[in-house]
Amino acid sequence: MAEILDLSRLDNLFEEHQGEDGALIPVLQEAQNIYGYLPEEVLRCISQKLKVPLSKIYGVVTFYAQFYLDPRGRHVIKSCQGTACHVRGAKGVLESLIRELKVKPGGTTADLNFSLETVACVGTCFLAPVMMIDKDYHSKLTPKRAVDVLKKYSQKPEREEA
Amino acid sequence: MERLFSIEEVQRLQKTLSEARNPQRLRVRICMTGCRAYGAVEIRDAFKAMIDEKGLTTKVDLLETGCHGFCARAPVVAIDPHGFFYQQISPRDVPQIVQTSLIEGKPVEKLLYTHPQTGEPVALEKDVPFYREQMKIVLRNCGQIDPTRIEDYIARDGYLPLAKVLSSMSPEEVIGEVVRSGLRGRGGAGFPTGNKWKFARNAQGDVKYIICNADEGDPGAFMDRAVLEGDPHTVLEGMLIAAYAIGAPKGYVYVRAEYPIAVTHIKKAVADAKAMGLLGQKILGTHFNFEVKIKEGAGAFVCGEETALIASIEGRRGMPRTRPPFPAIAGLWGKPTNINNVETFANIPPIIHKGGSWYASLGTEKSKGTKIFALAGKINNTGLVEVPMGITLERIIFDIGGGIPGGKKFKAAQTGGPSGGCIPSSLLNLPIDYDSLTAAGAIMGSGGLIITDENTCMVDMAKFFLTFTQSESCGRCVPCRLGTKRMLEILQRITEGTGELSDLETLKELAPMIKDTSLCGLGQTTPNPVLTTLNYFLDEYKAHIEEKRCPAGVCKALIRYQIDPETCTGCGVCRKACPQKAISGKAKEPHTLDQALCIKCAICYNECKFDAIKII
Repeated sequence: MAEILDLSRLDNLFEEHQGEDGALIPVLQEAQNIYGYLPEEVLRCISQKLKVPLSKIYGVVTFYAQFYLDPRGRHVIKSCQGTACHVRGAKGVLESLIRELKVKPGGTTADLNFSLETVACVGTCFLAPVMMIDKDYHSKLTPKRAVDVLKKYSQKPEREEA
Repeated sequence: MERLFSIEEVQRLQKTLSEARNPQRLRVRICMTGCRAYGAVEIRDAFKAMIDEKGLTTKVDLLETGCHGFCARAPVVAIDPHGFFYQQISPRDVPQIVQTSLIEGKPVEKLLYTHPQTGEPVALEKDVPFYREQMKIVLRNCGQIDPTRIEDYIARDGYLPLAKVLSSMSPEEVIGEVVRSGLRGRGGAGFPTGNKWKFARNAQGDVKYIICNADEGDPGAFMDRAVLEGDPHTVLEGMLIAAYAIGAPKGYVYVRAEYPIAVTHIKKAVADAKAMGLLGQKILGTHFNFEVKIKEGAGAFVCGEETALIASIEGRRGMPRTRPPFPAIAGLWGKPTNINNVETFANIPPIIHKGGSWYASLGTEKSKGTKIFALAGKINNTGLVEVPMGITLERIIFDIGGGIPGGKKFKAAQTGGPSGGCIPSSLLNLPIDYDSLTAAGAIMGSGGLIITDENTCMVDMAKFFLTFTQSESCGRCVPCRLGTKRMLEILQRITEGTGELSDLETLKELAPMIKDTSLCGLGQTTPNPVLTTLNYFLDEYKAHIEEKRCPAGVCKALIRYQIDPETCTGCGVCRKACPQKAISGKAKEPHTLDQALCIKCAICYNECKFDAIKII
């Protein structure tokens, strides 16, 4: 990743949260919304501005499931592994995704098209087993249907280029 | 939105809004929360277009509501004033609904719910068995109002309880009313809410805080999400009343970021309430001040524990600490803090409105009122149900839930998620309340109710929950960090066919130790799923260990897939779907499965239309 990050995009954020108690997590959340993940330079900048030691920030970032230290795929797959999904076969769905994408949960495909994640529950148990791709819900999956759904997303960038 | 400067003004506005609400008016209520996943947006657009086309714009209200509860039948639409209930509809059905129901006032028969016993269509929402057996107090507005319109909430008695409290009740009287109601915390542990408030009221501190715990992390529970999405003002009003009773000028809603609609709706509710003078400084012209901030969680199950949640709001790793001091004495930023769950707060306005004694007349001796359950798993009517405490499991599962799909046999119900336990079929007649569930080895928890059938392996279930709690253990205390890891390893062995009978003894020895010595509720309840399955399904554990067999056909190491040559039609679907190319055979001839290549992914099993793939 040789590109230079534009850290000035964080300025508004610091202004908005100035002097606020417990601002670290909201600042990290919003920074991640800007950059898609939390690069080291961004964390260093947050550390300086909020006067929080980098070690503490690292501790927070690695504690919560939602923060990412590495770039993520164009599409984020959240394969729900909640109880309702589990009893309806979510494990098979996940294994099928792992086989197809050749990445483990938490990983991103080499072409940066997909990041694969598991979530404990997306609160839509009536759709079980369910996965979310970006903001879309895909419901009542089977191992095969899950892979079929991916195809729609694999083709998207090509279409845009054409 | 006009600012209200006095208590009389809100009462007047309520009267005006309520009177303006013509009960005879045509209304289309569409669930725009959960049903979105099934195309509710397209259905709304179709209604809009059709209503325009027919020139009905001024005659019909199109209401975008929260969850109606019957998620299994999504997308759902209800038509008032008739009360017609349509389910699993598509935009193509909309013109017919508009013509037949809105213009002619009749039901569209083919879109109605079919009564599972009689096979007859059920026209009215109130007659659908799923709804008929329920009692909606917390969910009274869910599916009835547009949650983004504060006027809708006010019209249905909203903010009258706040007005009552501010105009005629002392903080002590408010607490007294909540104590009288017998309300217990709906987040899981069931601590009496009134007492909790009393502690926070009596605590010394220059500033106090109210926190609404909306970090619904229990997999399989979605009632808090539905309440925040479908009726955010009732939660806010509950918080306001608590703030008045305790004397807290500031509050937080700590909500899961995985619930984007809930976050949007509660933020809108806060902004609107503020604009109307129902929140902020000098509320309704009184000396009562209360500000609310929304904090989005960052994905950690343990943050549902109150001290961990406080750490998270303070911007730290969400790790619990020892209690005492309890948050009521030293909570957020070291100040007295009262934390209640979403459903608890949502109960408060009706309690104040109708009185604590009314509420206490519902439910059982020690568990008052109603409880919302999220029905999921192997059950026909997946969805949200609100029922009086003390109802039996059987009525929830069979009368409301419609039983088990595919004619399968009910095996067990898991309550309380990873902290709870399973209830076997022998206890179907158990009246559900806090104490009966605890006595059965489970807990009420937040209200997730996962139903399992004969094809669910209980050892695998226990392993599933332990995998979850193990990975969510924050690591602070040894019993939870290491103890659950050891238990998980044992379960892993058993499901892989390498377990020994002595493993069961080790599990029974570890479980009470972890329960007794863990720092917080997460560790203290983690062994519950293992203990209850051991207690009620010991035979299944033994089959895994002694016979190396998984009776439910779930544990991969102990099962094989085989094609039944008698049933196989040679259609080739499995052959084409198999990622391992382990299936071979000519068209229209029985296929065979090469066990050496099979990875037991179950794709063939799921794809076969003729049930020719057998698990042995």
